[in-house]
Amino acid sequence: MVYVPHTEAERREMLAVIGVESMEELFQDIPAAHRYPQLELPEPLSEMEVMQELQELSAASLNANEAPTFLGAGAYRHWVPSVVNHIIGRSEFATAYTPYQPEISQGTLQAIFEYQSLICDLTGMEVANASHYDGATAAAEAVIQAVSASRMKRKKIIVSPYVNPQYRQVIHTYTQGMGLEIAGEATSGALAELVQLVDKQTACLIVQSPNFLGELESLEGLAAEVHARNKKTLLAVATNPLSLGLFTPPGAYGADIVMGEGQPLGLGLNFGGPYLGFYATREKYKRNLAGRLVGQTVDKEGQRGYVLTLSTREQHIRRERATSNICTNQGLMALAAAIYLSTLGKQGLRQVAELNYQKAHYAAQQIDALEAFSVLTTKPFFNEFVVQCPAPAAEINEFLLNGWMFDIIGGYDLSKDYPDRQNQMLLAVTEMNTRTEIDDLVHALAGFEAHRILGGDHE
Amino acid sequence: MSEQLIYELSVPGRSGTRPPKLDVPLTALPTELLRDKLPLPEVSEIDLVRHYLRLSQLNYSLDHGMYPLGSCTMKYNPKVNEAAASLPGFTGLHPRQDEATVQGALYIMYQLQEQLKEIGGFAGMTLQPAAGAHGELTGVLIMRKYQLDRGEMQRDTILVPDSAHGTNPASTHMSGLRVVEIPSDERGNVDLAALKSQLSDRVVGLMLTNPNTLGLFDENLLEIIELVHECGGLVYGDGANMNALLGIMRPGDAGIDVMHFNLHKTFSTPHGGGGPGSGPVGVAEQLVEFLPGPVVRQAISVEDEFPYYTLHTPTQSIGPVKSFWGHFGVIVRAYTYIRMLGAEGLRRTAEHAVLNANYLLRRIEGVYHVPYNRLCQHEFVVEGHFEDAPEVHALDIAKRLIDYGVHPPTNYFPLIVHEALMIEPTETESKQSVDHYAELLLKIAVEARETPELLQEAPHNAPVRRMDEIRAARQPILRYVPVDSR
Repeated sequence: MVYVPHTEAERREMLAVIGVESMEELFQDIPAAHRYPQLELPEPLSEMEVMQELQELSAASLNANEAPTFLGAGAYRHWVPSVVNHIIGRSEFATAYTPYQPEISQGTLQAIFEYQSLICDLTGMEVANASHYDGATAAAEAVIQAVSASRMKRKKIIVSPYVNPQYRQVIHTYTQGMGLEIAGEATSGALAELVQLVDKQTACLIVQSPNFLGELESLEGLAAEVHARNKKTLLAVATNPLSLGLFTPPGAYGADIVMGEGQPLGLGLNFGGPYLGFYATREKYKRNLAGRLVGQTVDKEGQRGYVLTLSTREQHIRRERATSNICTNQGLMALAAAIYLSTLGKQGLRQVAELNYQKAHYAAQQIDALEAFSVLTTKPFFNEFVVQCPAPAAEINEFLLNGWMFDIIGGYDLSKDYPDRQNQMLLAVTEMNTRTEIDDLVHALAGFEAHRILGGDHE
Repeated sequence: MSEQLIYELSVPGRSGTRPPKLDVPLTALPTELLRDKLPLPEVSEIDLVRHYLRLSQLNYSLDHGMYPLGSCTMKYNPKVNEAAASLPGFTGLHPRQDEATVQGALYIMYQLQEQLKEIGGFAGMTLQPAAGAHGELTGVLIMRKYQLDRGEMQRDTILVPDSAHGTNPASTHMSGLRVVEIPSDERGNVDLAALKSQLSDRVVGLMLTNPNTLGLFDENLLEIIELVHECGGLVYGDGANMNALLGIMRPGDAGIDVMHFNLHKTFSTPHGGGGPGSGPVGVAEQLVEFLPGPVVRQAISVEDEFPYYTLHTPTQSIGPVKSFWGHFGVIVRAYTYIRMLGAEGLRRTAEHAVLNANYLLRRIEGVYHVPYNRLCQHEFVVEGHFEDAPEVHALDIAKRLIDYGVHPPTNYFPLIVHEALMIEPTETESKQSVDHYAELLLKIAVEARETPELLQEAPHNAPVRRMDEIRAARQPILRYVPVDSR
């Protein structure tokens, strides 16, 4: 029997010790009418057959690492150094549980302590937790932190329309029973306009930089403006952690919460998960923070070590009064991010961030030079920018994928989330896109123009 | 034995990587936006690898030995799962790719949805929730919206038995609902009289952990469900303990309306030292359109009659609970596991999980007090305390087990048992392994009387001695601060 080591003789012996005759007797508390259903499931396979099937399924999709890819919009194709998956694949890390017994979990605990430290350094903040599920849930937790810090007195939150639409949707989902007013999404997204909405009832303002369109928001002075209107309103900033290798972190601009999607830090695309929600805040809010926290302490002999701490915030003690219901988080993904940041280090992270910046700008310049395409992004940007196209983005993507000489995975169709952004495409360029790939994309887009002029539309 | 922090290994000028050369013309950087300092460590690749290798050696893991943490289902994580999840056509897929280019991945998601529906007896399934507690939140939001959409605006209460996971009340509170706790009776079942006294038209539903955290199957399950349904409420099943029921009973058949699965428990995916998990939620027919979106649907393509898979958002969806479609990497592992086992393998999994738990219970009962002594399911709870060794506590027994090279059980949970030790051996432990654990527990019970200090001082041979957790909470140090800037 796969994964069950018992022999028939052992089974009999064990049943005798228990004092029952058969396996079925063990289940006598289960209503007889419902006992032992016939499950309609495929027949079991050998490991060889399972892998053959899965290899076929793997080959049935187009691997974005094997085609020039310009798709981002919240998940990015970056190089993952070999050491990352090598280390997180080790049984000692992968097959351990949440570190409830610190004496035999120092590896996990210290790695998370290092991760928390790295996230603080990267974001310019003072306290980081051990992770949330992803960027979207981290954004929702920021709302909950801000609202619960006000003891549910301030129930208005303001969200920029250029916060990742998935983050905004998850904020709505999480807070649907909390009776909040969510403002700001129908504005132009200009920071000045958002700040004007801050009033006595406002728990937090959430912006994103680089925002969903790839632009760096001008965060200088924003915290002061928000706090001038209401000193208790928190400024929460979602960010791309890789961009912080190059740009001033939100913490240095006075943000109260900095969070976002940690996937760019050494996590593969994996069709959307598991990713990593990183989350950092100010020292004074550490007891409002959700999720696990690792702290440094000493053992009884004075040796330095690490434990899960401030657990009186958590659900196993506080139950319904807990700061959140988080139990399992993204431990192994946080480890991957810590390894990634440590491998690249101070210089490497800046170099990779700069590669993203430079290649994206080169691509934008080349595309903007095309007759029928123009780049709409005017603010500084990191690795994504918006292109106005001569046709719906979906049509262009279809051409890039199936109408060109080889498969190109095009950009994100912004009209899906912003109905007034017809014919607009969000393109992402990372260090993985070689100049040849970028030039090919530009040729293909030029080819799309030619294809239209020649009447390819009738296809 | 301790390891320096990665920051302490840093030497200015080192790096563990060499990024590619820039192959495009330079664009000027916006100097006013550039950061001035980036205090990350600077280490070589070899120093980094040795650092993490040494850290790994400070961990105890499932691949070291028995890890019978109650409620956590630390069963063996088959290596074929890892091989499957590492295939390039899974790891390399961008979640926003055109559906036509990700059919292999959507097929797996669709199949797993169908398999979990079949295993649990449900009409609909979402794979999106990221963990068990996230599935609970999803489930409570579904129940809440269902009641609101049928005009039952006054329903604001979720009933939670005191033998439930602590995440149940926390998830309820996050959903803006009121929690009312229901006590357990002397047999460890939900106290029916107490339940009846709380049933009213204010009840959204009941959250039931069954088997509960005492490892007991509620003997009045069908009656409880009927009572809650009669008053217009729904019943949520906490599926964290599903390992006892695979192929034994389908919770949906018994009338459970919503339930989350824990793929990282029941379906053998590694826990990763605290995640990633995955908490799919199954629902009965009337709740299918409330699931978070999107779910995967099968369509037959007109052109070639091959099945085609699409992402679809249910009409009355509570909304997405996270980015994208779920923890796909975990989903592939669980799918692989179910393909390896089939229906019979799943049933035998549950049978042997329950066999191992009852066997271990019988081997130590009498020596350890068993507060609710019945046939248990996949786990059981004993008191880690002896009347004639009053100074020894459950924590001391747990720490002493570490000295003997095994992982302790869950302790001090559930809260309704004094000095609880909650033990879940799982089916993948052999009789020899369970016997060894029983002998250690018996030996420690003797030590508790003869040499209590051995327990109180334990562990003696772990990488560190007992940690000062009070100091950690009173003077929190939550990040590395270099000595010169303290």
